[in-house]
Amino acid sequence: MNTSGLAGLAAGGQPAGFGHDVWWIVLIKVVAAFVLLLLLTLFAVVFERKVIGAFQVRPGPNRKARGFGWLQSLADGLKLAFKEEIIPTLADKPVYFIAPVISGAVAFLSFAVIPLGPEVSIFGHHTMLQVSDVPVAVLVILAASSMAVYGTVLAGWASGTSWPLLGGMRAAAQMISYEVAMGLSMVAVFMTAHSMSTSEIVAAQAHGASLELGVFTTHIPSWYFIPLLPSFVIYFISALGEGNRTPFDLPEGESELTGGYLTEYSSFKFAMFYLAEYIAMVTISALCVTLFFGGWRAPWPISLWSGANSGWVPIIWFLAKTIIFMGVLVWIRATLPRVRYDQLMKLGWKVLMPVNLVWILILAGLRVAARNNDQTKYLVLAGIVVTVLLLVLVWPEKQKDDRTQLKREIDTGVGGYPVPPLDLVVPPNPRLKRLEAERAEEPVGAGSKGSAGSGAAAGGPSETAASGGSEE
Amino acid sequence: MTHVLAHPLAGQVLALASPGAMGTGEKVAFWVLGIIALGCAIAMVAARNAMHSALFLVVTMFCLGIFYIIQAGPFIGMAQIIVYTGAIMMLFLFVLMLVGRDVSDSLIETLRGQRTAGILVGLGLAGLLGGGIARALGSIDAKGLEQANATHGGNVPGLAALMFTRYVFAFEVTSALLITAAVGAMILAHVQRNGEKKTQKEQSRERFAEGNHPAPKAGPGVFAHSNSVATPAILPDGTRSARSISPLVEPRELTAEDTRPKDTLTGGGNQ
Repeated sequence: MNTSGLAGLAAGGQPAGFGHDVWWIVLIKVVAAFVLLLLLTLFAVVFERKVIGAFQVRPGPNRKARGFGWLQSLADGLKLAFKEEIIPTLADKPVYFIAPVISGAVAFLSFAVIPLGPEVSIFGHHTMLQVSDVPVAVLVILAASSMAVYGTVLAGWASGTSWPLLGGMRAAAQMISYEVAMGLSMVAVFMTAHSMSTSEIVAAQAHGASLELGVFTTHIPSWYFIPLLPSFVIYFISALGEGNRTPFDLPEGESELTGGYLTEYSSFKFAMFYLAEYIAMVTISALCVTLFFGGWRAPWPISLWSGANSGWVPIIWFLAKTIIFMGVLVWIRATLPRVRYDQLMKLGWKVLMPVNLVWILILAGLRVAARNNDQTKYLVLAGIVVTVLLLVLVWPEKQKDDRTQLKREIDTGVGGYPVPPLDLVVPPNPRLKRLEAERAEEPVGAGSKGSAGSGAAAGGPSETAASGGSEE
Repeated sequence: MTHVLAHPLAGQVLALASPGAMGTGEKVAFWVLGIIALGCAIAMVAARNAMHSALFLVVTMFCLGIFYIIQAGPFIGMAQIIVYTGAIMMLFLFVLMLVGRDVSDSLIETLRGQRTAGILVGLGLAGLLGGGIARALGSIDAKGLEQANATHGGNVPGLAALMFTRYVFAFEVTSALLITAAVGAMILAHVQRNGEKKTQKEQSRERFAEGNHPAPKAGPGVFAHSNSVATPAILPDGTRSARSISPLVEPRELTAEDTRPKDTLTGGGNQ
């Protein structure tokens, strides 16, 4: 398209292999990514239901007429599009309308910078198997996810009822907190790969780097989840929060808020939210694979085969890895209960973020040590040792609370377990005698009127009120 | 969808980064987004509903982010979208949601002639700023991005190099200022708690401690003569539970007339 002017910018401009596609190749790639996401969504919905079904020892969707359940999500999607749409009277119409549009559009956006494979040939044109790549591709994904919050929050606000509003407010606070943790967890990857472009991050994971630690040199494995394990763990946890997945799906919280932000949505607008949620699930997994699991590169035993990492084949590895991660997300959903709101905030701000910052500091120190001369190297290592020692020595001991101690001494039952006293005598039901008398008095099948006993005006419609009245 | 646009633009933009020439792609993007940004900025001031105002501001900020990107500053553009549009405006929305959704500006001018004066002063300020910038930049000799990018090998490394060497002090001072402001706000808003907050564990132990009834309190009207909130519940041993009624409600005994079943169909005359 515009090859002129790019040559001088090769180092700082477009990542290698991008920016020179013909327009119809771009169009093909965009449409292909769109279709792939739709198919993955259709797959993910059934996949999740089937896996959760297996966890709960039931079959899940299994209609033979719908391909043993595999077409269930397609059927549901078609049905949703034709359902009646109900818009609440109190809804703020323009915002109510625009919220699912934001959610849906932004969900598709992040996948544009995910690399699906290496350079391939489409009708004689060589192009990368990725819609686009920019020097700040990972930031594009972060920006898309920060825009996606608007879909949720505005849906909650515009619905005009309390539960969606609560869901929207939860989403606002939760997603900002977890986005910070997620962004920080990516910093270690940027530092190691020396790039923010997704294709270059994948390329950087091709060969293991060597790291000099003081006097000895060690070879670190190429996929970043091993050398950057803390970042990977934090990314995964915060991505659950950011993608609104269990155990952090508080904005939806169907047991507390009925449906959270999408309570008042129906028909196609609801389908848009549903779609966005499952695309987010795919994107979380795909980004995780890209950043920490070598992207489209084949895992070790397969990578011995020379053709494994070229041509169209790597799409298989990429999709396989992505689906494995989607499986982990479903596994987490089937296993963990939803956390409380304050626990969620505490985890985000007091655990994930400080741990991440310390980890980045250590990593930066190691990098400086590995790069510089001996003196700096030893200084950095000594600095780390001294800091750790200081932390161990000066770490404030947890104060023993006298009040709690006192509480513990109170005997609450057998061996501390809350059980009723062993000599508990249950008093007889004082109404038992009277109830029996009433039953004996009342003829079988008697109507409500005219059959009144002495005190009990045995009214058919209100049995309790009647028996209560007799106590006076 | 945006990524259809993003691709050709991202390529074109870098080619357009050289000074002087302004390519078609950049021109189109500028005029389209400029009109949107300006329109939303005006709508932000004009909107009655505070939430709508905030949303118009979001669109303006988003457009600014794209402006940075098409001027070959991808990092600062993304930072604008993530930080300002994503995080800061979201906090605005959060506060507005706490205020309530039906809060709108009143149409009454508190100061007479304030609106006219505001418009005039705004136009004057825009003229002064525009004129000043136009004069200042009219004859400037732009060095272009190629030179700047070549020094450090790219836009992002160049930005990082400047921020952590030449401007590191200013950067740190700004962050210290922001943290001070945040801590100050927290201290001002902090409410002293009377005693320590009970943990879930402590609450549970307290509930099962001796002398306490572990089961939920009986609701008003349970096992009672009527389901009025003023009627105390009757415990299994026949006593009336004072805990079942709110201290604000005056309990009363019901007369026989009150407790008589009232058949609505016959007007209550079934005796």
